[in-house]
Amino acid sequence: MSTKYTKDHEWVTVEGDVATVGISVYAQEQLGDVVFVEVPDMGRELEKGDELAVVESVKAASEVYAPVKGEVVAVNEDLEDKPSLVNEDAQGAGWFAKIKIEDTSDLEDMMDEAAYKEYTEGLS
Amino acid sequence: MNDTSQTKQTALYDLHVELGAKMTPFAGYDMPVQYPDGIMKEHLHTREKAGLFDVSHMGQVVISGANPAKSIEKLIPGDIEALSAGQMRYSFLTNDNGGILDDLIVTQRGDDLFVVVNAGCKDQDIALFKSALKNDATVTVLDDRALVALQGPKAVEILARFNPAVADMSFMSYQELEIAGAACFVTRSGYTGEDGYEISIPNERAEEVCRAFLAEEEVAPIGLGARDSLRLESGLCLYGHDLTTETTPASAGLLWAISKRRREEGGFPGATIIIDEIAAKPKMKRVGILPEGRAPAREHTEIADMDGNVVGEITSGGFAPSLQAPIAMGYVPLELSKADTQLQLIVRGKARAAKVVKMPFVEQRYYRG
Repeated sequence: MSTKYTKDHEWVTVEGDVATVGISVYAQEQLGDVVFVEVPDMGRELEKGDELAVVESVKAASEVYAPVKGEVVAVNEDLEDKPSLVNEDAQGAGWFAKIKIEDTSDLEDMMDEAAYKEYTEGLS
Repeated sequence: MNDTSQTKQTALYDLHVELGAKMTPFAGYDMPVQYPDGIMKEHLHTREKAGLFDVSHMGQVVISGANPAKSIEKLIPGDIEALSAGQMRYSFLTNDNGGILDDLIVTQRGDDLFVVVNAGCKDQDIALFKSALKNDATVTVLDDRALVALQGPKAVEILARFNPAVADMSFMSYQELEIAGAACFVTRSGYTGEDGYEISIPNERAEEVCRAFLAEEEVAPIGLGARDSLRLESGLCLYGHDLTTETTPASAGLLWAISKRRREEGGFPGATIIIDEIAAKPKMKRVGILPEGRAPAREHTEIADMDGNVVGEITSGGFAPSLQAPIAMGYVPLELSKADTQLQLIVRGKARAAKVVKMPFVEQRYYRG
Protein backbone atom coordinates (compact mmCIF):
# COMPACT_ATOMS: atom_id res chain seq x y z
CA MET A 1 0.00 0.00 0.00
CA SER A 2 1.78 3.12 -1.18
CA THR A 3 1.11 6.72 -0.20
CA LYS A 4 0.35 9.34 -2.82
CA TYR A 5 0.51 13.11 -2.46
CA THR A 6 -1.19 16.17 -3.91
CA LYS A 7 0.36 19.55 -4.63
CA ASP A 8 -1.75 20.92 -1.76
CA HIS A 9 0.13 18.57 0.59
CA GLU A 10 -2.61 16.06 1.26
CA TRP A 11 -1.62 12.41 1.41
CA VAL A 12 -3.76 9.46 0.40
CA THR A 13 -3.39 5.76 1.05
CA VAL A 14 -5.78 3.38 -0.66
CA GLU A 15 -7.12 0.15 0.79
CA GLY A 16 -9.68 -1.57 -1.44
CA ASP A 17 -11.90 1.30 -2.59
CA VAL A 18 -11.33 3.49 0.47
CA ALA A 19 -8.84 6.35 0.58
CA THR A 20 -7.47 7.51 3.93
CA VAL A 21 -6.60 11.20 3.76
CA GLY A 22 -4.42 13.50 5.85
CA ILE A 23 -1.80 16.21 5.49
CA SER A 24 1.89 15.54 4.98
CA VAL A 25 4.70 15.84 7.49
CA TYR A 26 5.94 18.77 5.42
CA ALA A 27 2.54 20.49 5.67
CA GLN A 28 2.29 20.15 9.45
CA GLU A 29 5.81 21.57 9.79
CA GLN A 30 4.71 24.60 7.77
CA LEU A 31 1.55 25.07 9.83
CA GLY A 32 3.16 24.73 13.23
CA ASP A 33 1.23 23.69 16.33
CA VAL A 34 -2.20 22.41 15.30
CA VAL A 35 -4.83 23.45 17.84
CA PHE A 36 -8.06 22.40 16.13
CA VAL A 37 -9.19 20.27 13.21
CA GLU A 38 -12.67 20.49 11.77
CA VAL A 39 -13.34 17.12 10.16
CA PRO A 40 -16.21 16.56 7.70
CA ASP A 41 -19.57 15.07 8.68
CA MET A 42 -19.97 11.34 8.11
CA GLY A 43 -21.77 10.47 4.93
CA ARG A 44 -20.96 13.73 3.19
CA GLU A 45 -20.56 13.44 -0.58
CA LEU A 46 -17.48 15.30 -1.72
CA GLU A 47 -16.35 16.35 -5.15
CA LYS A 48 -12.63 16.26 -5.78
CA GLY A 49 -11.31 19.66 -4.63
CA ASP A 50 -14.14 20.34 -2.15
CA GLU A 51 -13.19 21.50 1.31
CA LEU A 52 -12.61 18.33 3.32
CA ALA A 53 -11.34 19.75 6.59
CA VAL A 54 -9.96 22.88 8.22
CA VAL A 55 -6.74 22.80 10.21
CA GLU A 56 -6.18 25.61 12.68
CA SER A 57 -2.78 26.53 14.04
CA VAL A 58 -2.23 29.19 16.73
CA LYS A 59 -1.94 31.76 13.98
CA ALA A 60 -4.28 30.81 11.15
CA ALA A 61 -6.82 28.48 9.61
CA SER A 62 -5.96 26.42 6.51
CA GLU A 63 -8.29 24.45 4.26
CA VAL A 64 -7.67 20.85 3.33
CA TYR A 65 -9.24 19.71 0.06
CA ALA A 66 -10.70 16.35 -0.90
CA PRO A 67 -8.10 14.68 -3.14
CA VAL A 68 -10.73 12.29 -4.52
CA LYS A 69 -14.48 12.33 -5.17
CA GLY A 70 -16.62 10.16 -2.92
CA GLU A 71 -18.50 9.65 0.33
CA VAL A 72 -16.97 10.24 3.76
CA VAL A 73 -17.13 6.83 5.44
CA ALA A 74 -14.99 7.53 8.52
CA VAL A 75 -13.57 10.53 10.35
CA ASN A 76 -10.78 10.64 12.92
CA GLU A 77 -12.62 11.49 16.13
CA ASP A 78 -9.40 11.42 18.16
CA LEU A 79 -8.49 14.79 16.63
CA GLU A 80 -11.25 16.48 18.60
CA ASP A 81 -9.42 16.03 21.91
CA LYS A 82 -5.94 15.71 20.53
CA PRO A 83 -5.39 17.88 17.43
CA SER A 84 -1.63 17.70 18.13
CA LEU A 85 -1.74 14.19 16.60
CA VAL A 86 -1.42 16.03 13.29
CA ASN A 87 1.98 17.34 14.39
CA GLU A 88 3.12 14.19 16.13
CA ASP A 89 2.07 11.63 13.52
CA ALA A 90 0.78 13.44 10.45
CA GLN A 91 0.87 10.39 8.21
CA GLY A 92 -0.40 7.93 10.81
CA ALA A 93 -2.59 8.68 13.85
CA GLY A 94 -3.15 12.22 12.53
CA TRP A 95 -5.32 11.12 9.57
CA PHE A 96 -8.47 13.17 8.91
CA ALA A 97 -11.04 11.09 7.03
CA LYS A 98 -11.68 8.04 4.89
CA ILE A 99 -13.41 8.52 1.55
CA LYS A 100 -15.05 5.78 -0.53
CA ILE A 101 -13.47 6.37 -3.93
CA GLU A 102 -15.88 6.76 -6.84
CA ASP A 103 -13.38 7.25 -9.59
CA THR A 104 -9.91 5.73 -9.34
CA SER A 105 -8.67 8.03 -12.11
CA ASP A 106 -8.66 10.76 -9.41
CA LEU A 107 -5.51 9.10 -8.07
CA GLU A 108 -3.63 9.19 -11.35
CA ASP A 109 -2.22 12.68 -11.27
CA MET A 110 -0.91 12.41 -7.70
CA MET A 111 2.77 12.21 -6.81
CA ASP A 112 4.56 9.24 -5.30
CA GLU A 113 6.92 9.63 -2.32
CA ALA A 114 9.98 10.48 -4.42
CA ALA A 115 8.17 12.97 -6.65
CA TYR A 116 6.58 14.68 -3.64
CA LYS A 117 9.94 14.94 -1.89
CA GLU A 118 11.39 16.61 -4.96
CA TYR A 119 8.34 18.89 -5.16
CA THR A 120 8.67 20.10 -1.54
CA GLU A 121 12.40 20.63 -1.91
CA GLY A 122 11.62 23.00 -4.76
CA LEU A 123 9.42 25.12 -2.44
CA SER A 124 10.97 27.63 -0.14
CA MET B 1 8.88 32.98 -1.73
CA ASN B 2 8.04 36.47 -0.63
CA ASP B 3 8.73 39.45 -2.80
CA THR B 4 11.20 41.26 -0.57
CA SER B 5 12.05 43.97 -3.10
CA GLN B 6 9.66 46.40 -1.44
CA THR B 7 10.10 45.36 2.18
CA LYS B 8 12.55 46.97 4.57
CA GLN B 9 14.81 45.16 7.00
CA THR B 10 15.47 46.01 10.63
CA ALA B 11 19.01 46.13 12.02
CA LEU B 12 18.40 42.62 13.35
CA TYR B 13 17.45 40.99 10.04
CA ASP B 14 20.65 38.93 9.69
CA LEU B 15 20.33 37.70 13.26
CA HIS B 16 16.73 36.56 12.65
CA VAL B 17 17.79 34.60 9.58
CA GLU B 18 20.72 33.07 11.45
CA LEU B 19 18.35 32.01 14.25
CA GLY B 20 16.19 30.20 11.70
CA ALA B 21 13.23 32.60 11.76
CA LYS B 22 10.38 32.28 9.32
CA MET B 23 10.34 35.78 7.85
CA THR B 24 7.17 37.42 6.60
CA PRO B 25 6.29 40.89 5.31
CA PHE B 26 4.57 42.94 8.00
CA ALA B 27 3.83 46.67 7.78
CA GLY B 28 6.47 47.08 5.07
CA TYR B 29 9.19 45.17 6.93
CA ASP B 30 10.47 41.64 6.59
CA MET B 31 9.83 40.43 10.15
CA PRO B 32 10.23 37.13 12.03
CA VAL B 33 6.80 35.57 12.55
CA GLN B 34 8.31 32.64 14.44
CA TYR B 35 11.57 30.83 15.11
CA PRO B 36 12.09 27.05 14.90
CA ASP B 37 10.51 26.51 18.36
CA GLY B 38 7.14 27.68 17.01
CA ILE B 39 4.50 30.07 18.35
CA MET B 40 3.19 27.80 21.11
CA LYS B 41 6.59 27.21 22.74
CA GLU B 42 7.71 30.81 22.22
CA HIS B 43 4.54 32.08 23.88
CA LEU B 44 4.88 29.79 26.90
CA HIS B 45 8.58 30.55 27.19
CA THR B 46 7.79 34.26 27.50
CA ARG B 47 5.23 33.59 30.24
CA GLU B 48 7.65 31.33 32.13
CA LYS B 49 11.05 32.95 31.58
CA ALA B 50 11.85 35.73 29.13
CA GLY B 51 11.41 36.43 25.44
CA LEU B 52 13.29 38.82 23.18
CA PHE B 53 11.23 40.56 20.50
CA ASP B 54 12.38 42.76 17.62
CA VAL B 55 9.90 45.62 17.35
CA SER B 56 12.19 47.92 15.37
CA HIS B 57 9.51 48.28 12.72
CA MET B 58 7.62 50.55 15.10
CA GLY B 59 8.16 54.29 14.77
CA GLN B 60 10.37 56.07 17.31
CA VAL B 61 9.84 59.80 17.26
CA VAL B 62 11.10 62.71 19.37
CA ILE B 63 8.98 65.83 19.71
CA SER B 64 10.78 68.88 21.06
CA GLY B 65 9.87 72.52 21.49
CA ALA B 66 8.88 75.05 24.12
CA ASN B 67 6.18 72.79 25.60
CA PRO B 68 5.93 69.58 23.59
CA ALA B 69 3.48 68.05 26.10
CA LYS B 70 1.04 70.87 25.49
CA SER B 71 1.67 70.60 21.75
CA ILE B 72 0.95 66.89 21.45
CA GLU B 73 -2.23 67.26 23.52
CA LYS B 74 -3.72 68.97 20.46
CA LEU B 75 -3.70 65.53 18.80
CA ILE B 76 -4.33 63.06 21.64
CA PRO B 77 -6.66 62.95 24.67
CA GLY B 78 -3.90 61.67 26.99
CA ASP B 79 -2.87 63.79 29.96
CA ILE B 80 0.73 64.38 28.92
CA GLU B 81 1.15 67.64 30.83
CA ALA B 82 0.65 65.64 34.03
CA LEU B 83 3.73 63.50 33.35
CA SER B 84 6.98 64.20 35.21
CA ALA B 85 10.29 63.54 33.51
CA GLY B 86 10.79 59.78 33.19
CA GLN B 87 7.08 58.91 33.17
CA MET B 88 5.18 57.53 30.21
CA ARG B 89 1.58 56.99 29.22
CA TYR B 90 -0.55 55.08 26.71
CA SER B 91 -2.72 57.26 24.47
CA PHE B 92 -4.11 57.47 20.95
CA LEU B 93 -4.44 59.87 18.05
CA THR B 94 -8.06 60.72 17.34
CA ASN B 95 -9.81 62.16 14.31
CA ASP B 96 -12.62 64.72 14.05
CA ASN B 97 -15.25 61.96 14.18
CA GLY B 98 -13.91 60.63 17.47
CA GLY B 99 -12.33 57.63 15.76
CA ILE B 100 -8.88 56.33 16.57
CA LEU B 101 -6.05 56.95 14.08
CA ASP B 102 -3.41 55.00 16.00
CA ASP B 103 -2.48 54.12 19.55
CA LEU B 104 0.87 55.17 20.93
CA ILE B 105 3.09 55.56 23.98
CA VAL B 106 4.33 58.99 25.01
CA THR B 107 7.31 59.40 27.36
CA GLN B 108 8.11 62.72 29.00
CA ARG B 109 11.90 62.99 28.98
CA GLY B 110 12.14 66.45 30.52
CA ASP B 111 13.63 68.16 27.48
CA ASP B 112 11.39 66.50 24.92
CA LEU B 113 8.86 63.71 24.33
CA PHE B 114 9.80 60.25 23.11
CA VAL B 115 6.89 58.74 21.22
CA VAL B 116 6.51 55.17 19.93
CA VAL B 117 3.86 54.55 17.26
CA ASN B 118 2.69 51.50 15.32
CA ALA B 119 4.65 50.40 12.28
CA GLY B 120 1.63 50.36 9.98
CA CYS B 121 0.63 53.91 10.93
CA LYS B 122 3.98 55.59 11.35
CA ASP B 123 4.11 57.42 8.02
CA GLN B 124 0.64 58.84 8.65
CA ASP B 125 1.44 59.70 12.28
CA ILE B 126 4.74 61.42 11.52
CA ALA B 127 3.12 63.47 8.74
CA LEU B 128 0.35 64.44 11.17
CA PHE B 129 2.82 65.47 13.91
CA LYS B 130 4.82 67.50 11.44
CA SER B 131 1.87 69.35 9.95
CA ALA B 132 -0.19 69.88 13.11
CA LEU B 133 2.76 70.86 15.32
CA LYS B 134 4.79 72.77 12.76
CA ASN B 135 4.47 76.12 14.55
CA ASP B 136 5.42 74.99 18.00
CA ALA B 137 7.46 71.78 17.92
CA THR B 138 10.16 69.91 16.02
CA VAL B 139 9.51 66.31 15.04
CA THR B 140 12.54 64.04 14.68
CA VAL B 141 12.23 60.45 13.48
CA LEU B 142 14.79 58.15 15.09
CA ASP B 143 15.28 55.74 12.21
CA ASP B 144 18.86 55.17 13.37
CA ARG B 145 17.64 53.16 16.37
CA ALA B 146 16.38 49.61 16.79
CA LEU B 147 13.70 48.75 19.35
CA VAL B 148 13.56 45.43 21.17
CA ALA B 149 11.37 44.13 23.97
CA LEU B 150 12.59 41.82 26.72
CA GLN B 151 9.46 40.41 28.34
CA GLY B 152 8.66 37.85 30.99
CA PRO B 153 9.00 37.17 34.72
CA LYS B 154 12.78 36.76 34.38
CA ALA B 155 13.28 39.97 32.37
CA VAL B 156 14.21 42.10 35.39
CA GLU B 157 16.76 39.62 36.67
CA ILE B 158 18.35 39.28 33.24
CA LEU B 159 18.48 42.97 32.37
CA ALA B 160 19.82 43.82 35.84
CA ARG B 161 22.90 41.73 35.01
CA PHE B 162 23.64 44.35 32.35
CA ASN B 163 22.67 47.35 34.43
CA PRO B 164 21.37 47.01 38.01
CA ALA B 165 19.48 50.33 37.73
CA VAL B 166 16.68 48.66 35.75
CA ALA B 167 15.49 46.72 38.79
CA ASP B 168 14.26 49.86 40.55
CA MET B 169 12.32 51.23 37.58
CA SER B 170 8.56 51.09 38.03
CA PHE B 171 6.03 50.12 35.34
CA MET B 172 5.71 52.82 32.66
CA SER B 173 8.93 54.64 33.50
CA TYR B 174 11.92 55.64 31.36
CA GLN B 175 15.67 55.88 31.85
CA GLU B 176 18.70 56.37 29.63
CA LEU B 177 21.08 53.59 30.55
CA GLU B 178 24.15 51.85 29.22
CA ILE B 179 23.36 48.25 28.30
CA ALA B 180 26.23 46.05 27.12
CA GLY B 181 28.18 49.18 26.26
CA ALA B 182 25.41 50.77 24.17
CA ALA B 183 23.56 54.00 25.03
CA CYS B 184 19.97 52.79 25.36
CA PHE B 185 16.57 54.25 26.11
CA VAL B 186 15.02 51.79 28.54
CA THR B 187 11.34 51.74 29.50
CA ARG B 188 9.67 49.29 31.85
CA SER B 189 6.81 48.51 29.53
CA GLY B 190 5.71 46.10 26.85
CA TYR B 191 2.74 44.51 25.20
CA THR B 192 2.69 40.96 26.49
CA GLY B 193 1.03 41.48 29.88
CA GLU B 194 4.28 40.44 31.55
CA ASP B 195 6.81 42.50 33.43
CA GLY B 196 9.56 43.58 31.08
CA TYR B 197 11.33 46.31 29.17
CA GLU B 198 11.45 47.95 25.80
CA ILE B 199 14.96 48.98 24.85
CA SER B 200 15.86 51.43 22.10
CA ILE B 201 19.39 50.75 20.84
CA PRO B 202 21.51 52.53 18.19
CA ASN B 203 21.19 50.43 15.02
CA GLU B 204 24.91 49.67 14.84
CA ARG B 205 24.90 48.17 18.35
CA ALA B 206 21.55 46.35 18.18
CA GLU B 207 22.79 42.96 17.02
CA GLU B 208 25.59 42.87 19.57
CA VAL B 209 23.23 43.78 22.44
CA CYS B 210 20.68 41.19 21.32
CA ARG B 211 23.35 38.49 21.08
CA ALA B 212 24.34 39.35 24.65
CA PHE B 213 20.68 38.96 25.77
CA LEU B 214 20.32 35.68 23.89
CA ALA B 215 23.46 34.35 25.56
CA GLU B 216 21.57 34.46 28.87
CA GLU B 217 20.09 31.02 29.26
CA GLU B 218 16.54 32.16 30.15
CA VAL B 219 16.17 34.23 26.96
CA ALA B 220 14.66 32.91 23.72
CA PRO B 221 13.93 34.90 20.55
CA ILE B 222 10.19 35.37 20.03
CA GLY B 223 8.42 36.19 16.77
CA LEU B 224 5.42 38.33 15.93
CA GLY B 225 3.12 35.28 16.06
CA ALA B 226 3.61 34.84 19.79
CA ARG B 227 3.64 38.60 20.32
CA ASP B 228 0.08 38.58 18.97
CA SER B 229 -1.14 35.66 21.09
CA LEU B 230 0.49 37.16 24.21
CA ARG B 231 -1.15 40.56 23.77
CA LEU B 232 -4.53 38.98 23.02
CA GLU B 233 -4.40 36.89 26.22
CA SER B 234 -3.62 40.13 28.04
CA GLY B 235 -6.68 41.85 26.53
CA LEU B 236 -4.58 44.46 24.73
CA CYS B 237 -5.78 46.07 21.49
CA LEU B 238 -4.06 45.74 18.14
CA TYR B 239 -4.43 48.80 15.95
CA GLY B 240 -6.04 48.13 12.57
CA HIS B 241 -8.00 45.27 14.13
CA ASP B 242 -9.47 46.10 17.56
CA LEU B 243 -9.01 49.82 17.07
CA THR B 244 -9.75 51.69 13.84
CA THR B 245 -11.04 55.06 12.69
CA GLU B 246 -14.52 53.54 13.18
CA THR B 247 -13.98 52.77 16.87
CA THR B 248 -14.16 55.43 19.56
CA PRO B 249 -12.42 55.49 22.95
CA ALA B 250 -15.72 54.73 24.73
CA SER B 251 -16.59 51.80 22.48
CA ALA B 252 -13.06 50.41 22.73
CA GLY B 253 -13.09 50.63 26.53
CA LEU B 254 -10.17 53.07 26.64
CA LEU B 255 -11.73 55.86 28.70
CA TRP B 256 -9.25 55.11 31.50
CA ALA B 257 -6.68 56.79 29.25
CA ILE B 258 -8.57 60.13 29.25
CA SER B 259 -8.06 62.07 32.49
CA LYS B 260 -10.60 64.29 34.25
CA ARG B 261 -8.75 67.40 33.08
CA ARG B 262 -8.76 66.34 29.46
CA ARG B 263 -12.49 65.47 29.66
CA GLU B 264 -13.20 68.92 31.07
CA GLU B 265 -10.91 70.88 28.77
CA GLY B 266 -11.16 68.89 25.53
CA GLY B 267 -8.93 70.40 22.89
CA PHE B 268 -8.18 67.23 20.89
CA PRO B 269 -9.70 66.07 17.59
CA GLY B 270 -13.24 64.75 18.02
CA ALA B 271 -13.33 65.93 21.64
CA THR B 272 -17.03 66.83 21.67
CA ILE B 273 -18.09 63.49 20.20
CA ILE B 274 -15.73 61.53 22.45
CA ILE B 275 -16.76 63.36 25.63
CA ASP B 276 -20.50 63.25 24.84
CA GLU B 277 -20.25 59.50 24.33
CA ILE B 278 -18.91 59.03 27.86
CA ALA B 279 -22.30 60.08 29.27
CA ALA B 280 -24.48 58.81 26.43
CA LYS B 281 -22.74 55.38 26.36
CA PRO B 282 -21.50 53.89 23.11
CA LYS B 283 -23.77 51.70 20.96
CA MET B 284 -21.12 49.02 20.57
CA LYS B 285 -18.58 47.84 23.10
CA ARG B 286 -15.35 45.90 22.85
CA VAL B 287 -15.54 42.72 24.94
CA GLY B 288 -13.60 39.55 25.61
CA ILE B 289 -15.22 36.45 24.18
CA LEU B 290 -14.64 32.86 25.17
CA PRO B 291 -15.75 30.38 22.51
CA GLU B 292 -16.95 27.02 23.81
CA GLY B 293 -15.03 24.02 22.57
CA ARG B 294 -11.73 24.17 20.77
CA ALA B 295 -12.53 25.90 17.47
CA PRO B 296 -10.84 29.32 17.24
CA ALA B 297 -12.98 32.22 15.97
CA ARG B 298 -10.78 34.43 13.83
CA GLU B 299 -10.98 38.12 12.98
CA HIS B 300 -14.18 39.02 11.03
CA THR B 301 -16.10 36.05 12.44
CA GLU B 302 -19.71 37.14 12.81
CA ILE B 303 -21.15 37.39 16.31
CA ALA B 304 -24.87 36.57 16.65
CA ASP B 305 -27.29 36.88 19.54
CA MET B 306 -29.15 33.79 20.79
CA ASP B 307 -31.92 34.43 18.23
CA GLY B 308 -29.39 34.20 15.44
CA ASN B 309 -29.28 37.89 14.53
CA VAL B 310 -25.80 39.03 13.56
CA VAL B 311 -24.93 41.78 16.04
CA GLY B 312 -21.19 42.24 15.75
CA GLU B 313 -17.83 40.94 14.66
CA ILE B 314 -14.68 39.42 16.13
CA THR B 315 -11.73 41.81 15.76
CA SER B 316 -8.99 39.54 17.14
CA GLY B 317 -9.29 35.85 17.71
CA GLY B 318 -7.07 32.86 18.03
CA PHE B 319 -5.81 30.18 20.33
CA ALA B 320 -4.46 31.01 23.78
CA PRO B 321 -1.41 28.85 24.48
CA SER B 322 -1.52 29.66 28.22
CA LEU B 323 -5.15 28.53 28.48
CA GLN B 324 -5.05 25.85 25.77
CA ALA B 325 -8.36 27.22 24.55
CA PRO B 326 -9.58 29.66 21.92
CA ILE B 327 -10.09 33.31 22.94
CA ALA B 328 -11.27 36.37 21.08
CA MET B 329 -12.27 39.99 21.36
CA GLY B 330 -14.89 41.78 19.37
CA TYR B 331 -17.57 44.43 19.35
CA VAL B 332 -21.14 43.74 20.51
CA PRO B 333 -24.09 46.02 21.29
CA LEU B 334 -23.81 47.58 24.76
CA GLU B 335 -26.76 45.54 26.06
CA LEU B 336 -24.91 42.31 25.20
CA SER B 337 -21.57 43.41 26.68
CA LYS B 338 -22.00 42.17 30.27
CA ALA B 339 -19.85 39.26 31.42
CA ASP B 340 -21.50 35.84 30.98
CA THR B 341 -23.83 37.04 28.20
CA GLN B 342 -24.37 34.09 25.86
CA LEU B 343 -23.55 34.64 22.20
CA GLN B 344 -23.07 32.59 19.07
CA LEU B 345 -20.11 32.75 16.73
CA ILE B 346 -20.65 31.85 13.10
CA VAL B 347 -17.54 29.84 12.23
CA ARG B 348 -17.60 28.55 8.64
CA GLY B 349 -21.37 28.65 8.56
CA LYS B 350 -21.87 26.83 11.86
CA ALA B 351 -23.15 28.62 14.95
CA ARG B 352 -20.92 27.87 17.91
CA ALA B 353 -21.68 28.80 21.52
CA ALA B 354 -19.62 31.49 23.23
CA LYS B 355 -19.89 33.92 26.10
CA VAL B 356 -18.71 37.37 27.06
CA VAL B 357 -15.90 37.32 29.63
CA LYS B 358 -13.92 39.91 31.52
CA MET B 359 -10.47 40.67 30.17
CA PRO B 360 -7.58 40.12 30.51
CA PHE B 361 -7.82 36.40 29.84
CA VAL B 362 -4.47 35.92 31.58
CA GLU B 363 -3.60 38.11 34.56
CA GLN B 364 -1.20 40.98 33.79
CA ARG B 365 1.96 40.94 35.87
CA TYR B 366 3.35 44.46 35.60
CA TYR B 367 5.84 45.71 38.18
CA ARG B 368 4.20 48.45 40.24
CA GLY B 369 7.08 48.77 42.72
